[in-house]
Amino acid sequence: MSFLEYRLKLAPTGVSKVFYINWALILLLTAIAAIGWLMLYSIAGGNIDTWALPQIKRFVLGMVILLSVAVVPIWFWRSMSGLAYGVAMILLLLVEFFGTVGMGAQRWIDIGFMRIQPSELMKVTLVMMLATYYDWLDDKKVSRPLWVIIPVVLIVAPTILVLMQPNLGTSVMLIVAGGAVMFAAGVSYWYFAGVIALVGGTIFAVIFSEGKSWQLLHDYQYKRIHTFLDPAADPLGAGYNIIQAKIALGSGGWAGKGFMQGTQSRLNFLPEKHTDFIFTTLGEEFGFVGAISLLALYTLVLVMCIYAAVQNKDRFSQLLIIGVAVNFFLYIAVNLSMVMGMAPVVGVPLPLLSYGGSATLVILLAFGLVQSAIVHRPR
Amino acid sequence: MRRTPRDTEVTARRVTRRALLMGAGMSVMVAALGARMRFLGVEQADEFRLLAEENRINIRLIPPARGLIQDRNGKLIAGNEQNYRVVITREDAGKTDQEVESVLNRLSHVIPMTQEDLASTMKDIKRNSPFVPIIVAERLDWNELSHISINSPALPGVAPEVGLSRNYPRDFDFAHVVGYVGPVSDKDIEAQESPDPLLRIPKFQIGKIGVERWMEDTLRGSAGTKRIEVNAVGRVMRELSREEGQKGKDIRLTIDADVQNFVQARLGDESAACVVMDVTNGDIIAAVSSPSFDPNLFVRGISQKDYSALTEHDHRPLANKVVQGAYPPGSTFKMVTALAALADGLIDENSIVRCPGYAEIGGRRFYCWKHAGHGTVNLKRSLAESCDVFYYDTCQKVGIDKIAEMGRKLGFGARADLPMSAISEGVMPDKAWKQARYKKDWVIGDTINASIGQGYVLATPLQLAVMAARIASGTQVAPRIIQSINDQPVPVEPAPSLGIEGSKLRAVQMAMFEVMNGAHGTGKGARIEDASMQMCGKSGTAQVRNISTAERDSGVIGNDRLPWKQRDHALFVAFAPADNPKYAVSVVVEHGSSGSGTAGPIARDALLRALTGGIPPLSAYPASQRGRMETLLNELKLRLPDGSTPAPSKV
Repeated sequence: MSFLEYRLKLAPTGVSKVFYINWALILLLTAIAAIGWLMLYSIAGGNIDTWALPQIKRFVLGMVILLSVAVVPIWFWRSMSGLAYGVAMILLLLVEFFGTVGMGAQRWIDIGFMRIQPSELMKVTLVMMLATYYDWLDDKKVSRPLWVIIPVVLIVAPTILVLMQPNLGTSVMLIVAGGAVMFAAGVSYWYFAGVIALVGGTIFAVIFSEGKSWQLLHDYQYKRIHTFLDPAADPLGAGYNIIQAKIALGSGGWAGKGFMQGTQSRLNFLPEKHTDFIFTTLGEEFGFVGAISLLALYTLVLVMCIYAAVQNKDRFSQLLIIGVAVNFFLYIAVNLSMVMGMAPVVGVPLPLLSYGGSATLVILLAFGLVQSAIVHRPR
Repeated sequence: MRRTPRDTEVTARRVTRRALLMGAGMSVMVAALGARMRFLGVEQADEFRLLAEENRINIRLIPPARGLIQDRNGKLIAGNEQNYRVVITREDAGKTDQEVESVLNRLSHVIPMTQEDLASTMKDIKRNSPFVPIIVAERLDWNELSHISINSPALPGVAPEVGLSRNYPRDFDFAHVVGYVGPVSDKDIEAQESPDPLLRIPKFQIGKIGVERWMEDTLRGSAGTKRIEVNAVGRVMRELSREEGQKGKDIRLTIDADVQNFVQARLGDESAACVVMDVTNGDIIAAVSSPSFDPNLFVRGISQKDYSALTEHDHRPLANKVVQGAYPPGSTFKMVTALAALADGLIDENSIVRCPGYAEIGGRRFYCWKHAGHGTVNLKRSLAESCDVFYYDTCQKVGIDKIAEMGRKLGFGARADLPMSAISEGVMPDKAWKQARYKKDWVIGDTINASIGQGYVLATPLQLAVMAARIASGTQVAPRIIQSINDQPVPVEPAPSLGIEGSKLRAVQMAMFEVMNGAHGTGKGARIEDASMQMCGKSGTAQVRNISTAERDSGVIGNDRLPWKQRDHALFVAFAPADNPKYAVSVVVEHGSSGSGTAGPIARDALLRALTGGIPPLSAYPASQRGRMETLLNELKLRLPDGSTPAPSKV
C-alpha cells in the first residue's frame, strides 16, 4: 500500500476539514495577537488608527491565508516546496538588486500594494524545502556526507544572500532553523558537534578580526556587540536602546504600571517601541505578571506544535511542523533576549506582537501549513 | 515514493525522539527568559523604577521675583516690569525653512525688525529643537503686541509671552549706587563655591555692580520648583506639581531719591561727586557721581556704540567717583592736622604762626597759596583763610604718624563697609606706609605736603563726607546705605566717641564756621544766610600738576588758561546747621579749579536741599546771590514729584 494512498483514504475531505483544524491553536495565536493590539493601542497614546488597526487588518488577512492554506492538502504544499523555495530565492536575489533601502539594510521589495521581506518568506520556504528533501531521501542515507551537503547548500545559499543585506538576525534564524530540521530528520550528532565547534571557532575569529584589515562584520554590528557587552559605556548613543528597554521592563515591577500608564514608551524614551521593542511596553505596563503570561502563551504554542509533530506519522509533516516551531521559538528567544539585554540588538520582531506586515503574514502562513499538516495527517 | 509502514514507524520514532530533545532545549531557554524577566521586573524593579522616574520627571526652577529697591521714603528705585516679548515655535510656524522664514518676514512688517534680527532669529530657530520657543523680540509695547494679536492668523507659531525684567525708573540717578543687573557669566558661576541653580537658568539676571551686586543674596530670593513630565526629546508634557519660591527681599536705602536727583541735576555735566550724610546715624542721603548713565541700557543689553561712548568719555561716567575716586583732599585735610595738634596739646586756639607767604624748611621753600602771606595767623584764621604756612609749621610739631592716626580716626585710609563696587580705601600715609610702599624713608617734605592734603594723601568723596560728619558729631559715625530689609530696620549701633576733648573739637568747628561766615572766609560766597541753617565748611583746591620754580617765578598760570585735564580739583566739605549739625556734605569737582568757587556752592545747595526737604528757599541765600540762584534752580532738570520726568541726559 502506497503511503500516498494511505493518506488519501483517511484524510478528511470537504467541509469536514474544518472540524479537524486545531482551533485551540488558532485561538491561542489570536490571543497573542490581541495582546499586541492592546499594546499598539497603548503605545500610540490611546489611538487605534496609528498602529493597532492596520495590525488588526493584517492579522485578519493573515488568518484568511492561514485557513486557506490549512484546508489545502499537505501533499500539495509538499509538491510546491521546490517552487516556493525557488521563488523565495529569486526574490532574495531581486532585493539585492532592486530592493528598497530600509533601516540601513536592503530588505524590502515593493510589489505595489505591499512591501514584502523575502528573507521572512525564506524562513518558511527553507523549512518546507528541507522537509521535502528528507521526506524524499532514503532514511539510510541521511548521515552520508554527500546527502548532508545538499541540505547544507540549501540553507547556506539563502543565508549568504540575507547576510549580504545585511540582516544578521534572520541569517542566524535560517541557519538554526535549517539545522533543527536536519537534526530532527536524523542527521548524525557528530555533524552538529562539528558545526558547533566550527561556529565557536568562527565567533572567536570574528571577535579577533575586529579592527584588522580582514574585519568580518560591519562596524555597526561590532558596535552592537560592544553595546551588548557594556551598554552603560555609551548611554546616549548605541547603548541607549538596551538601557531604556531594561528601565522600562524593570520599572514595571511585579504587576506593572497599568494599561496606558507606561511612561517610558508613552514619553518616547523607548526606541522602536512599536516594533522590535514592543515587549518592553508590555513589561512596563503589565509587569512581571504580564510578561511571564505572554511567555506562557508562547510556550503553549510551542508545546502544541511539538505535540502535533510527535503525533503526526507523516515525515514531511513532522519536519515541517518542527521547522515552523523552531522558527517561532527563535523569534521569541532572540527578540526577548535582545530586549532584556541578554543578546545583541539584531532586529528580530516579536512574533504576532511587533508591528509589521511581512513577519505577521509569514508566521500565519507557516501556521497555515502546520494546520494543513494537522488536518491531513495520516490517521 | 514508497515506504514500508515499518520504516515509517522507525523514522517517525526517531523524529519524535529528536523533537522532544529540541523541546527540552527550548524549555531551558524559556526558563532562562522567565528567570531574566523575574530578575528585571522583580528583583531589580526598584532600581529601574527610579531610573524611569528620573527619565520622566524634570525639575524646572521658577525664577523668583527680585526684591525691590526703594529710597528712604519708599520711592521705587529698582523694580520689576512686565516684559512683553514675542516668541516663535518652529514646529507651529511651518514645515519647511521657507515657511518659517515667510512667517518671520510677515512679522517684520508688524514689529520693527532688521534684516540682521531676522537672520539671527532664523539661526536660533535652526539651532534648537522645533518645539523650543525662540524669542524674536523683547520689550514690546501694547501697540505692537495688539498688532501681533490681530495678525495672529497670518503668523502661525508666533505667540506673545510675558516675563519679569529689571527696571530702573530713576535711571540716571542711581546708576552708581544701585548698579544694574545683567546675564550670568561663567565667571559669576565659577566665583561661587556652590552656585545657586537659578544662575543656570537661561536669561537669568544677577546684580553686576552696586547694591544690586553686593546685596544679591538678599534681593534674589529663592527659586520655586515645578516638577514636569518630559518625553525623550525634552518636550514638556504636563506639570505635575509646583512649589512657589520665595520672592527676593525688598531693600530700602537710606538715600532720599529726591535729594539724590537734585544733587545729580546740580552737578550737571561736571565730572564730580557729592555725598550727603546724616551726621547722627551715618545714613547716606545722597551719593552722586556725575556724569551718570542709564542702567536700563545694561539690562536690555547695551549696544557696542553706547558702551564705547561710555568708556571713551573723558568724564568717566561708568566710574562711581563717590567711592572709587581717590583725590588729594587739599585744604579740606587741614582739620586733620589741626585736630592732631590740638588733641596732643601742641597748639591751642591762640597759638600763633607768622605767614610770610612761604616757609623755609630744610633749605627748601614751601609756598602758601597767598604769596603775599597772611601775617599773624591763629587756628581760626588758618582755616578761614586757609593759610598753608600755619600747617607747615604745625605739622612739624605733630609729626606724620600723629596726623595719620587722627586721619584714620576721622575715616581716612579705610575702606568703607558699603554695598558698593570697587571701593577705594584712599591713602593715609605714614612712615611705615612709605617704607612698605616705596622702600624709602619718610622725609620732612612729605609731612609738609601731607599737612595740607597734598602729596601722598588721597581720599574719596565718601571719606571726606565721613570726616565732616565725624568733626560735626564728635563721634565715629559710619556711613550706611541700607535702611531696612523687608521693612525690618537694619539696627544702627550708637557711634562711639572720637575721644577728642569737646573744647578742641569746638575750636575746629568754630574755625569752620568762620570759613563760611567770617569776613575773610574762603567759603563766604557759598554761605547760608538763614540763621537756622548756617554752615560750617572747608574748601580745598588740590593741585593735579607740579608747578615748576620757573613758573612760580613768572607767575602761576591761572586755571582758566589751562586745559581741563590740568586744572585743579575743587573740593568742599561742610555740615549744617552749625549749632546742631544734621547733615554733612562733601563735594569733589574734578578739575573744577576752585574749591570755594565751584564745589562750595554745590555743597551748600545739597545741604539746603536736604535740610529744607524741598527746593532751597531763596531766602536762605545771601541777598546778592538770590537772582542768580533763582535762575540756576529753575533751570535744574529735576524729576517731577512722581519721578516721571526723564533725567537730564548726561552722555
